[in-house]
Amino acid sequence: MTAEVRTIKTAAEQALAETYAKAKGTLPGAGTIATLRDAAFRQFDAQGLPHRRVEEWKYTDLRALVRDAKPLAAPPDASAKATAGKIAAPFSALKPRQLTVVDGMFVADQSDLTAEAGLRIGSMSEALVRGDALVAAHVGKVFETADPALALNTSLMGDGAVIHVAAGTQVARPIALIFAGTQDAAVFTRSLVVVDKGATVTLIEIHESGSTQVNTALELVAGEGARVDHLKITRAGALHLSTLLARIGARTAFNSFAFTRDSTLVRNQSFVRFAGGNTEAAIGGLSLLKGKEHVDNTLVIEHAAVGGVSRERFRSVLEEQGRAVFQGKIIVAPGAQQTDAKMLSNALLLSDDAEADNKPELEIFADDVQCGHGATAGALDEELLFYLRARGIPRQEAEALLVQAFVGEVIDSLPQDSLREPLMNAAVEWLRARG
Amino acid sequence: MPLLEVKNLHVEIADKTILRGLDLTIEKGQVAAIMGPNGSGKSTLAHVLAGKANYIVTQGEVLFNGENILAMEPDQRAAKGLFLAFQYPMEIPGVATMTFLRTAVNAQRKARGEAELSTPEFMKRVREAAGQLGINQEMLRRAVNVGFSGGEKKRNEILQMAMLQPKLAVLDETDSGLDIDALKVAAEGVNRLRSPERSFVVITHYQRLLNYIVPDVVHVMSKGRVVRTGGKELALELEAKGYAQYQDEAA
Repeated sequence: MTAEVRTIKTAAEQALAETYAKAKGTLPGAGTIATLRDAAFRQFDAQGLPHRRVEEWKYTDLRALVRDAKPLAAPPDASAKATAGKIAAPFSALKPRQLTVVDGMFVADQSDLTAEAGLRIGSMSEALVRGDALVAAHVGKVFETADPALALNTSLMGDGAVIHVAAGTQVARPIALIFAGTQDAAVFTRSLVVVDKGATVTLIEIHESGSTQVNTALELVAGEGARVDHLKITRAGALHLSTLLARIGARTAFNSFAFTRDSTLVRNQSFVRFAGGNTEAAIGGLSLLKGKEHVDNTLVIEHAAVGGVSRERFRSVLEEQGRAVFQGKIIVAPGAQQTDAKMLSNALLLSDDAEADNKPELEIFADDVQCGHGATAGALDEELLFYLRARGIPRQEAEALLVQAFVGEVIDSLPQDSLREPLMNAAVEWLRARG
Repeated sequence: MPLLEVKNLHVEIADKTILRGLDLTIEKGQVAAIMGPNGSGKSTLAHVLAGKANYIVTQGEVLFNGENILAMEPDQRAAKGLFLAFQYPMEIPGVATMTFLRTAVNAQRKARGEAELSTPEFMKRVREAAGQLGINQEMLRRAVNVGFSGGEKKRNEILQMAMLQPKLAVLDETDSGLDIDALKVAAEGVNRLRSPERSFVVITHYQRLLNYIVPDVVHVMSKGRVVRTGGKELALELEAKGYAQYQDEAA
């Protein structure tokens, strides 16, 4: 990697450097954690905010888009803590175990910490402070990448959840991890989920961050034969940078889906390594955009072992001047034979001013694999609309039906009925609101 | 008053004139066949009646129950009782046939100021109509026409017609791509809907379909006009002699 010589920092970069200098003494964790932070910040400081000439951030130019870096959020007050209560309501039928992070702080008294055999839950900042072994073993180590947003997160990570599911444990209730932002400030949340051999868990991550600038990261380790279903729902009124780092063991089933709506500027980046053989994964997303919203789903999938099957399926619906970005890179390492990976990205443009950028990439270093990708971007089919209208369905209703079908097809790729319904409801609500 | 009166209709698409002064009258309860060689404008007529965009009417009028429908949207025409059975029914991924039928039926009812059908009433009607056409529940749950055979798609068109109960059904080459068994099923579906209150325009290239849907009147189109009108025996004559003479007549 060539180091870029930069002498002039943007205001946001300068503010971030000041924030780090000021906060580093009080951030949780000493010793190796402090060293990790320093190294990460040095890396970020050398790179700066990524811009359009950085290939991985080509369509989401943070240097241009992020004018100011807000100061770190203060601990939330009682009323802020209470706001998180209703966020998981759409999933109440699932009776999830709710964990709450408000303004970057894990709120124990708003979290369901009742004991359950094989399940350990705690706060990330506490784990960092006490030098928790699980955290020491995994944080910063799940997937190595020089990504600048992650480096920034590692430098400034404050709090989040640490979840450990012991071998063979089937966690019956989904875990809803609620992230609420109430301040005109910045938060850097970091969570770790370790699912041991043969264990099962469903994780619903919900972010409603208002005008809070968010940089959030989740590290996930799934052991052999585990099953992890992960759903991330985002509504963010300000900058929202999210990184998923996952290492998946042999014969695991891993599903991850990102649903984004009503969000100003979102980057959902996932780095997934299939470290063990014969894994099965479905990674998908649905983004609904209007106004000048910008949603970037970026994916790096590394098939590092034999017989991995992965399906990547992303869709976006764009109104007005919305801009959806999909970048998907599938890497098949040498020796990862019989890999079967298929990636599909479709954008539905409901306005002439909307923009969809699709960038699929395949890097294949094994010779006995099946990999494919497809990408489309287009308007609603006028012939289809005519067919519906010739049956008496007015234009607006016909459009709504077709958009709903487009959205429904990707929601149907979710593995559990109980997750599909609330998402479909949320999508329909968005469609109705577009009038 | 006739149900449909097409007067001196001229239609262009992409600067090409397709209909050149077409006159056509359909009486209430009548089954009219429209035959003619390829390119004579049969399908264009069907699409113009249904209100497809890109077809530009440069002259003439179309009266449906005495009302000029040319300025109406396709869905408004449908709610007035006009139905087009497509030659190539569209596949609609993600929209279940049942949802599609229900949305269409209720949209038309709403447009006419009628109450929506209750779920049990709707289900009863669908089951009955689908049963008669050999369409099973599994097909109704599937996305509209996705993975359907040619015959299934045409039967689905007839099912939609049965559910929507139009005043005028225009069947655009419903026989194309069908084997004889599928053709019979489709024709029986049409015949069940024949009534003094409902008219049909059966567009076909071949006489074969008219063995099963026996028309009251046969119109021959050539080069964008109706050039001859006769009884059902005209279809047999066309089958025997071909369309060559009409191509000359219109020239």
